[in-house]
Amino acid sequence: MTMFSSRNWREYPHRYRTEASKFKKSGKTYIPKRLIDPETGDTEQETVRLPETGKVLTYTIIRIAPSQWGDNAPYALAIVEMTDGTRLMAQMTDVAMEDVKVGMEIRLEFRRIQNEGSHGVISYGYKAVPKWF
Amino acid sequence: MRTVCIVGVGMSKWGEVWRMSLRDLHTQAALNAVKAAGVDHLDSMYVGCMSSGLFVGQEHLASVLTDYMGMRGLAATRVESACASGGLAVRSAFIEIASGMSDIVMASGVEKMTDVDGDEATYALATAADQEYEVFHGATFPGLYAMMAVAHMEKYGTTRDMLSTVAVKNHNNGSMNPDAQYPFKISMEQVANSVMIADPLHILDCSPITDGAAAVILASEDVAKKLGKPYIKILGTGTGTDTIQLAQREDMTTIKAATIAAGKALDMAGKKIDDIQFAEVHDCFTIAEIMVVESIGKYVPGKAGEAFLAGESALDGAFPINSSGGLKSKGHPVGATGVAQMVEVYKQLTGQAEKGRQIPGAPKLAMTQNMGGSGGSSVVHVLEVA
Repeated sequence: MTMFSSRNWREYPHRYRTEASKFKKSGKTYIPKRLIDPETGDTEQETVRLPETGKVLTYTIIRIAPSQWGDNAPYALAIVEMTDGTRLMAQMTDVAMEDVKVGMEIRLEFRRIQNEGSHGVISYGYKAVPKWF
Repeated sequence: MRTVCIVGVGMSKWGEVWRMSLRDLHTQAALNAVKAAGVDHLDSMYVGCMSSGLFVGQEHLASVLTDYMGMRGLAATRVESACASGGLAVRSAFIEIASGMSDIVMASGVEKMTDVDGDEATYALATAADQEYEVFHGATFPGLYAMMAVAHMEKYGTTRDMLSTVAVKNHNNGSMNPDAQYPFKISMEQVANSVMIADPLHILDCSPITDGAAAVILASEDVAKKLGKPYIKILGTGTGTDTIQLAQREDMTTIKAATIAAGKALDMAGKKIDDIQFAEVHDCFTIAEIMVVESIGKYVPGKAGEAFLAGESALDGAFPINSSGGLKSKGHPVGATGVAQMVEVYKQLTGQAEKGRQIPGAPKLAMTQNMGGSGGSSVVHVLEVA
């Protein structure tokens, strides 16, 4: 499905700069940003950028993929926990499928994510790569 | 609150039903249920459907369906909570009767999934996951449950055999169900050797794409008694939600929405989980059946797999699960699934299940558990024979 560009650029702060909501009461950070802390109901927050590194909590290898990913399959998809405890989903790249493991250390990098149809926008965002420095 | 009963059930044909449209499938199930119940009218209806818009391009569904049922003018509401839409339709109908507002209400569910190709069906189903922060990154439904499976395996040592035994058992049950899409048996080896979809889930760990509809007629107990046919009572209903983003869950090895829904339904029924004698649960993937029975409190987390391998969930086991064949063998027309679970429980509790599939010992108390997406919503009912 082709998205209007506004639906895409609205997410730039999260996808390009990993901007997140850090809530005052709980000290918890969420990406994307949200208006209310889901656990405490707190609305007092500051915008922070996520740390660059974290580790894999769980993962899978997607072998049957929707058409916009067809050329990429198989690809690894993971849920990662950044060093500040924030969790997010990201594709793994620059890594052999068999080397992806629970607990492996990763770094988020700015990458192209997908082309939305033949006339759609090219979407960028973060992917996870093995942390080697 | 008044007691609410199920007085009749109906199914359409399930499978890849090329010759029938969404509206015809629904009409078939609805009229079968009306006929079985022997009611002369309905006060209203609730229809569960996840995505008629994306699957057949039709919204404004409730009006289309009443028209084709020959009931123009009937009060009708469409209910949506992804794959839990059917269960939520039953709950909505329950509330309308319990409140005293209506006496006879139909709860139905329908999905027509084969009018689009596999790619579009995958897209439509994936709208039950977070579009901007899961699907955007390439997540699919098998992929989300695969990540839950990896987490469960890491934490509890859950094995390939534990997953496979769910599919083998459900296909065995479904082989005796004339309504099942895939009424044949499969072996542990066939599951383990089938094509990989999203590691560690193979194609035979996954429920299929299905066209189908199901309907149940709910009524007050006064009406149920007058009809003079076997009926069952809904003792408790519960529903709960959770974040639909898997990454945001504190624990990815449990389904919190199911825990909340089961707790509420049991409290309302005044029962404990160990009082329940059998259950129909949402086995959209093999790992889901394991996680659900742990989440509703039937098994200690990490212990369901072993119990399944020991045969506890079989038809003649201590706690039969998915005697219908479950989503795996019976099929999974998403909006209809929660209603079809009621159809199976009605048949089992009234002793009308087909030969070989009837749970021994004439059980009296059952549970249904229906679930949306990767566990972002769940609806649980507790039912007892009258």
